[in-house]
Order: sequence, then structure tokens, then C-alpha cells
Amino acid sequence: MLNKTLNISTSPHIVKGLSTDTIMRNVVWALLPVAAFAVYTFGISALLVIMVAIVSCVVTEHFLCKLSNQESTISDWSAVITGLLLGLTLPPGFPLWMAFCGGVIAIALGKFIFGGLGYNVFNPALVGRAVLQAAFPVAITTWYPALLDNRFSTASASIFTFPFMEPEIDGIAGATPLAAFKFDHVTTNASDLALGLVSGSTGETCAFLIVLGGIYLIARKMMNWRIPVSILATVFVLSGALYLINNQVYPSPIFMLFSGGLMLGAVFMATDMVASPITPLGVWVYGGIIGLLVVVIRIWGGLPEGVMYAILLANAISPHIDNLIRPRVYGTAKSLKQS
Amino acid sequence: MGLFNFHKNTFKHGVHPPEHKDETNGLAIRQFPFAPVIIIPMVMHIGAPSELVVREGQEVDRGQLLAKAGGYVSVPIHAPASGTIRKITNVPTISGKMVPGIYLEAFPFSSQEILEGEPIKLNSATPDEILHGIQHAGIVGLGGAAFPTHVKLKVPEGKNCEVLMINGIECEPYLTTDHRVMLEQAEDIFMGIKYLLKATGAKRAIIGIEANKQDAADHLKNMIPTDAPVSVSVVPVKYPQGSEKMLITSVLGHEVPSGGLPIDVNVVVVNVATTAEIGRLLPHGRGIQERVITITGSGVKKKGNYLIPVGTPLRFVLEQVGVDEHISEVYMGGPMMGVAVSNLDISIVKGTSGIVVFNEKEVKRSKKIFPCIKCGACVDACPISLIPSKMGVLAKFKAYDQMAEDYNLMDCFECGSCSYVCPSHIPLVQYFRLSKSIVRKRKAAKQTA
Repeated sequence: MLNKTLNISTSPHIVKGLSTDTIMRNVVWALLPVAAFAVYTFGISALLVIMVAIVSCVVTEHFLCKLSNQESTISDWSAVITGLLLGLTLPPGFPLWMAFCGGVIAIALGKFIFGGLGYNVFNPALVGRAVLQAAFPVAITTWYPALLDNRFSTASASIFTFPFMEPEIDGIAGATPLAAFKFDHVTTNASDLALGLVSGSTGETCAFLIVLGGIYLIARKMMNWRIPVSILATVFVLSGALYLINNQVYPSPIFMLFSGGLMLGAVFMATDMVASPITPLGVWVYGGIIGLLVVVIRIWGGLPEGVMYAILLANAISPHIDNLIRPRVYGTAKSLKQS
Repeated sequence: MGLFNFHKNTFKHGVHPPEHKDETNGLAIRQFPFAPVIIIPMVMHIGAPSELVVREGQEVDRGQLLAKAGGYVSVPIHAPASGTIRKITNVPTISGKMVPGIYLEAFPFSSQEILEGEPIKLNSATPDEILHGIQHAGIVGLGGAAFPTHVKLKVPEGKNCEVLMINGIECEPYLTTDHRVMLEQAEDIFMGIKYLLKATGAKRAIIGIEANKQDAADHLKNMIPTDAPVSVSVVPVKYPQGSEKMLITSVLGHEVPSGGLPIDVNVVVVNVATTAEIGRLLPHGRGIQERVITITGSGVKKKGNYLIPVGTPLRFVLEQVGVDEHISEVYMGGPMMGVAVSNLDISIVKGTSGIVVFNEKEVKRSKKIFPCIKCGACVDACPISLIPSKMGVLAKFKAYDQMAEDYNLMDCFECGSCSYVCPSHIPLVQYFRLSKSIVRKRKAAKQTA
């Protein structure tokens, strides 16, 4: 009876049971309603753009793992998230070959070059998007109106542009609410913004579903709630103050919160665990910096939207935040530890 | 004092592993039979090994001195049963190291009366006499640490003990040893507290109990003798509250300084089962021969709380309680801090507070280790606010000195909360154990150089 070989291991011998791949998978679940709504508002063009971004990320990750003689890491689902997030930040009529390039760059330059999952300094999807923005400034700011009648029957012609050819302009391009405000000073009403019935990147328009996904992840303790809360609160307070100073020049704080990529960025991009600080106080600082940068870029910068650059810049300083802001260790003097 | 002494009745962070205590906490303590051969290692405690005073072939009575203390930080060992010393040789221990020890063959038909020694009288004994008595009784921390109790109780020159904290927290999942001791041995506990108050000079004693043992808390409250300044403090359930430092923070609100001991905040902490043992043994001048052990886990057929003679081979214990054919892992101690057993021929020692047997199904540890994704779960779990994720990375790069200097590695008391919550299944606490021992070795090497 007692001749069995016993297994040994180091304590603790019990585990909580949450696993990294489970967390990643759940982020994908939380993003699915957002993606589904993108397909609903922008039709098959959006579907194709998102699918191509995901496939290119997964394929790139698999290929790079094989190239470096490692076991493929696509089963941890992180490449799917990167692809999905990248697809959701692209305009619905974005040429597919460019989207594919974006996926390759996101994984190769945003993640793999740093050492893969856990070592990326920046959110990989945003690295991919930043490169696309620099390389294809026209294509990435060519927007399409939401809810076109033929959106489920015909895809926008521009998505099938051959590589290195100029995309065809359909002549139905519409401005995003942020661009409309920045360049023409037209404000879009808040309920259209919250429900996502406006022009924009595929997945950034429906604030309601984005918040729902965030609440799901927060409830399952798979997302740090402090990040979206601190970003949104900073944007609200800063733009609210400006609005009170002069409501003719500055947009209302509600408009600021619900327009552009802020919701998607605050809930799903800035919360990339790897690229954000680890301590609670550090996270508040990080969120505050992103919120501040968003307001500064949107209001005084040359671009209508600044969420991407705000998050990338905050990603860059996040290791330094972790170094400078550390929790006070039990039994040590009650002051911040010097690094 | 008092007015500004707000605290939340608990410490920061911590984790809530499933308790599994109701499987055994209703089962009264039962006497375990004597094994035909008892194996007694000379190293059952922290400190110098005990020194043998018997020879092969000698017949000994239960309670007779087998080995004397090997120094100040050491305790004697008494015979757990009447019998014959069959052999004096090296015996296996849980760490895998062989140490000097005794094979004692118990007399099958002996009445197993326990020898009495020189009693330590509570009213007339001086504090030092009580401390000597505790050492002579072979008492060590029964909570699992097995540190000689008399050393811990000795208040250093210039320090002052105000509060005697009796640790009845038992935060380890599955274990119900202290719970049963509190329910069944209240008189011994209060007798022990009286000895301890006198030995330390403390003005009052507080018994700290977690809220999942409310029945024990109520029972002890009712039993408090009129002539003893004792109170019972019930604190919310959270692991690792049983750690001395966490207990002091929960009950009194102080923090023990980094690298310091409870006495630095005028507190001495003693485990409740140790206290009961002191109260039971000292009035008779006896030595410790047995202890209460919870035997539980999915692989055990007759779970329960047993009074088991020290030195009983683990194989005999498991044969008596019966184990499942699918057993996979056996731990001595609880599942959070206990040690996995590789050899069933080791024996029960004074520090064994539980034996947990898991079958294959209950072992849920994943073999796949993912990279750290900096989710911060470990930061939110660490009771002393370390940054385990960063330290894990540093350990991988062998930056042990940086871990100690910049990240307070040496404050880690290895509770395992970080490893418990890590979604990437990184064995963080094991990294820290190794790192700590390397840092200690380097320091020792520097001092001798």
C-alpha cells in the first residue's frame, strides 16, 4: 500500500488556480462584444481588417518562435489580444496588406525583440499602430461613416489595395468626432458617442461595450481597475476645468471622455499588465500621466487624437515609476524607499 | 496611548486559501498506538543537536532522559515509550540528511507509565528556574518552527516584555491541531500562561484566535481563571496571520522592526499548544513525549486529530490511518508552508503540526510556468509589502545581493502567498529561500574572511 513513489515539490502545495493563459483568454472574451459591434457598424470591411490583424499577429509569433528554436507561445493567447487590439484601432477601410504589416511589426518589434510575453516595454498593438501611423498617414486617417446601408454586402474597395499602391478613395469618407471638433469645431452629441454610432476606428466607437468588457475583467480580478479610473478621472477633471474656463474654445469633458480611442485605450490598452506599473500608487501616477498627455495632445497638439502616444510614453516611463514608487516594507521607516 | 491606536484588526494584504478545516475540527483528540519501533533523531529542533546519554541495549522507561541538551540553544529528548534501545545509528530526516539517532523498540505489554521528575512549582519558582524547567522538559515551538522555547522566552538585558501573546491563529489550511488543543486543554493552557507570565515578567496575556475558531475563543473566554490577566482577541481569517509579526500587527497594531524580534515591541509570542504543554509538564517535572497532530487530506481514510508519540515512523502513522491507493504527495505541516516528504521512514518530530496527504486529484499545481506578466497579484498578496515579481526576476539573474539590499529580501518569512497567487505559476518563494540562504552564506564567508 505504501510502496508508491511520492511526488515532492516545494511549498506552497496549493495554488489559487488562476492561470496566465486564462487571463489572456478572458481579455479576448471581454473584447468580443466590442469587435462584434465594430462589425455591426462598419460591416464586412471591419471584420476583414480585424481578422487580418489577428492572423498576422498569431502567424508572426508562431514563425518567430520557430525561427528562434523555441516552443511556440501562441497558446498563451497574448498574440490574439495584440491582433484584436490592433484591428480595433484601425479604420474600417484600412488596406488589408497594411493591417498585415501592422501585425507583423506589433509582434516582432513590439514584443518579440524584447523577449516575448512579459518583457515588452510597450503595448505591442500600439507599437504596431504607431508604425502604421507614421508609414501610412493618409490611409490611417481616412474614416468611413458608420451604418452604411450596403456595409454587409460590399466591403470598402480600399481594403483590397495591392501592396505599395495608393488606396482608392471611395469618396464617402467621413470625419471622426474628434477631427470634426479639432478642424471644424463641430461637436457630436453625447449619446451617439456613448453608443458608438459615429465614425472612427473599428473598435473604439462604442464606449458602452468597452466599459462593459472592462467591468467584466475587473470583476474577475483580471484587470487593475485603478488604471482606467485614474486615466478617465484625470481627463475628466482637466478637460472639465478647461471647459469651465472657456466653453467656446474647449470641448466638454463628456465629449472628451467618450470620443476617439480614449475608452478603448484606457480600458484595454493602458491596462497591458506588462507595460504598466505594478504598485497601486505607481498605477495612479501612470494613469494620471496618460490622462494629462491625452488632454494636452488633443487640445494643444497638432493631431486630433493623442491616446496612442500618451499610452506609449507612459509605458516608457512605467519601469521608472516602479523603481521610484515602492510600497513601504513592513517594519521599515514610514517613508518612501529611495531607489 | 490608546486614543491614536487605531488599526484595522488585521495586517496588510495576505491571501484566503480554502480552509478545509471542517473535515477535522469536530474530531476530538485521540491517543495513537505505540509503533513497535520508534525512531528518534537527535536533531528535532533548531540549534545544537542533543547529546545521547543512553547506550545500545539499555532499557528505558517512558519519560526517561535519552539525550541532554547540546548547548544553550538546544533541548533534551525524553523517551516517548518504555522499551529497549536497539540501535544507535544515523536515521533519516525530512530534509534528506541522515543524523545521529536512536531506534527504540517499545515493550509490547508495558503499562507505559510516565516517569515524574523534579516539579517546577509555580508559586516558588524564579523566572530563571521556570526557563530551566522549560528547557529540561524538551519544549520547542510546537507550531512548526521547533525553536527552543526557553531561548525565545529569555527577555534580553535592557528589554522589557509587556504582553505575552498566545498564538492560537493556526492560519495554515487543513490543520486543526491548535483548535482542538484550545477546546480540550484549556486548563493546561491557562496553567502554561501563568508560568509564562512569571518567566517573561509580562503584565498581561492575550490569546489571538482567528474568527473561524469562534467556539474555541468562547470556550477559552469562559475558562479564564479569575487570578490571571488574560484576554482573548478574535481576528478576521487571513493567511499568514499565524506569523508572529502579523499576529502582533493584527492584535496590537504595532509593526515589528525589519530584522527585529517581537521583544523589540515588548511582546513575546508563544504557540498555544506549546503553552498547554508547558502547563501540563512543568508541575510534574516531565519531559515531552507526544504531541497533537492533524492527519488529513484527500488521501487519508481516518482523518482526525491524534496524540502521537514523538519518533513514531511516518509509515506506521499512515498505515494506522489508512491511505488512498492514489496518494501522490505527503506533507509534514500544512499545505502552505509544510515540507513534502520523499521517504516514509522518517519519524514524527516535535515540530510536526500536521500530516497532509493529497491524492492525485487534489494536487492542482500546473507544471507549465509562464513568464511574469507583472499582473501584481504577488504585490497584493505579500503581507510585508515586498515586490516578489521584481525579486523573482532578480533571482533569475542571480542578483542576490541587490535583492537583499534594495528589496528587503531578508525580511521575507517564506509564507508562500506570492507563489500561491501567481498566475504564471512561478515558484517565487522557492527562489527567495535559495536567495536568502546564498546571501546568508556570503555574509558568513565575509565575516570569517
